[in-house]
Amino acid sequence: MSTFPTDLRYTNDHEWLRAQGTGWRVGITQFAVDALGDITLVDLPKEGDLVTKGQRFGTIESVKSVSDLYAPVSGRVLAVNTALKDSPESVNTEPYGKGWMIDLEPTEKSELDELMSPEAYTTHVSAQ
Amino acid sequence: MERRKTPLWSKHKSLGARLIDFGGWDMPVQYPAGTIKEHLAVRNAVGLFDVSHMGEVYLRGPNAREQVDRLTTNNVAGAPVGKAVYTLLCRPDGGVVDDCIFYKKSDTEFFVIVNASNTPKDVGWFREHVKFPCDVVDVSDETALIAVQGPKAVAMVDALAGSTLAQLPSFTFAETTVAGVACTVCRTGYTGEDGFELVCANSDAVALWNALLDAATPLGGLPIGLGARDTLRLESKLPLYGNDLDDDHTPLEAGLGWAVKLDGREFFGAERLREQKRTGLTRQLVGFKIDESLRAIARHGYPVVDRATNTTIGTVTSGGPGILVGGAIGLAYVPVAYATPSTQLTIDCRGKDVPATVVSGKFYKRS
Repeated sequence: MSTFPTDLRYTNDHEWLRAQGTGWRVGITQFAVDALGDITLVDLPKEGDLVTKGQRFGTIESVKSVSDLYAPVSGRVLAVNTALKDSPESVNTEPYGKGWMIDLEPTEKSELDELMSPEAYTTHVSAQ
Repeated sequence: MERRKTPLWSKHKSLGARLIDFGGWDMPVQYPAGTIKEHLAVRNAVGLFDVSHMGEVYLRGPNAREQVDRLTTNNVAGAPVGKAVYTLLCRPDGGVVDDCIFYKKSDTEFFVIVNASNTPKDVGWFREHVKFPCDVVDVSDETALIAVQGPKAVAMVDALAGSTLAQLPSFTFAETTVAGVACTVCRTGYTGEDGFELVCANSDAVALWNALLDAATPLGGLPIGLGARDTLRLESKLPLYGNDLDDDHTPLEAGLGWAVKLDGREFFGAERLREQKRTGLTRQLVGFKIDESLRAIARHGYPVVDRATNTTIGTVTSGGPGILVGGAIGLAYVPVAYATPSTQLTIDCRGKDVPATVVSGKFYKRS
């Protein structure tokens, strides 16, 4: 069982968020990476796009399967990790670092309160 | 229901494999190296596959040759002793019961390895159609099967078998000892690479696996999970039962006419296949490629569409990234009018139309 960084917040859908300047950086957790296997394509929104909590904002293709990425909170896309276009494997090797996906500026601050703590996420994962 | 375990299950666990439910079996989908590295290890060095979940059956009896001839589309019965033959088992309507490899031990004894998920169905099919005194003996539960595949596989296994195997021709088999374990060694596989499949008793499987892994590791070899097994077979355009083959499509539609020998033979499905040959096919399985720049992968079940008429004309049966060839590759059933190489297909990839090009032959062919 992997342990999860304590400076992050988490969602049910195995995404992490880290406070970063005025926004929040979003990626997927080691648990998600382990389940997906080798990642071959990551399709992300464009800078400036608006995303809605719980709605699809991108897709991630591994060798075996395709999965949707759901917005953890509503907001505006401040930055996109365009490096994933050429090196999607960064998501496998550094899911909390180089494998980040987008930076979001939340439009509904209250939604941040619904994110999980590392402890809550660890419990969530161990129930799966 | 508890998943079934092969005799190598604890080895997979200790190697750190990720295990998934595969037709009721708890099987490694990948080891820590991951599917892409495993795929490349088989293409460049050697890979070990636990395929003990597959079914092993004997057909034995003074009339075995005649019975096998009625069950198989390929000329298994008339093959020389010691030969392995890929064949389809067909229903009278030409639909495929399974694809499998028969091993001719003698005119009175044939050994067959069948797909894991089809084992009970196939054994039932054999028992239903084989006439006395031919016996159908299912030895799946006491038999292990390890595939060793890749450009370094033959020399490696040969060295463990006292140099008895290097001269064994492709699609033949021999009884010998590998690393002290009595095996039936078959120069067969399902990866597009040279190599062997080793049949041994369950009780010997761990010893054999350990010896093979010890020999493979210094060669850059890896244990290989079901994930890479699937990408390897697809890249070599080998069909998978349940995806590309099923009881709704005939072997001719699947492009397996080379494994259908109709001349003067009467087997289940022969009449229908003769008729289909005479009247011509209406649909067939084609290979397609999606250019890397399109950044799309067409997968099993995605519709093939014609936007001129706004109709669904076919279905993708297998698809995934082209690990060695780049872009994405796959197989789809389409009407024959769309089956000519270089034809542009349109595949509906989760709501996005993606162009794909029909290609002939294997996506990857070993040099």
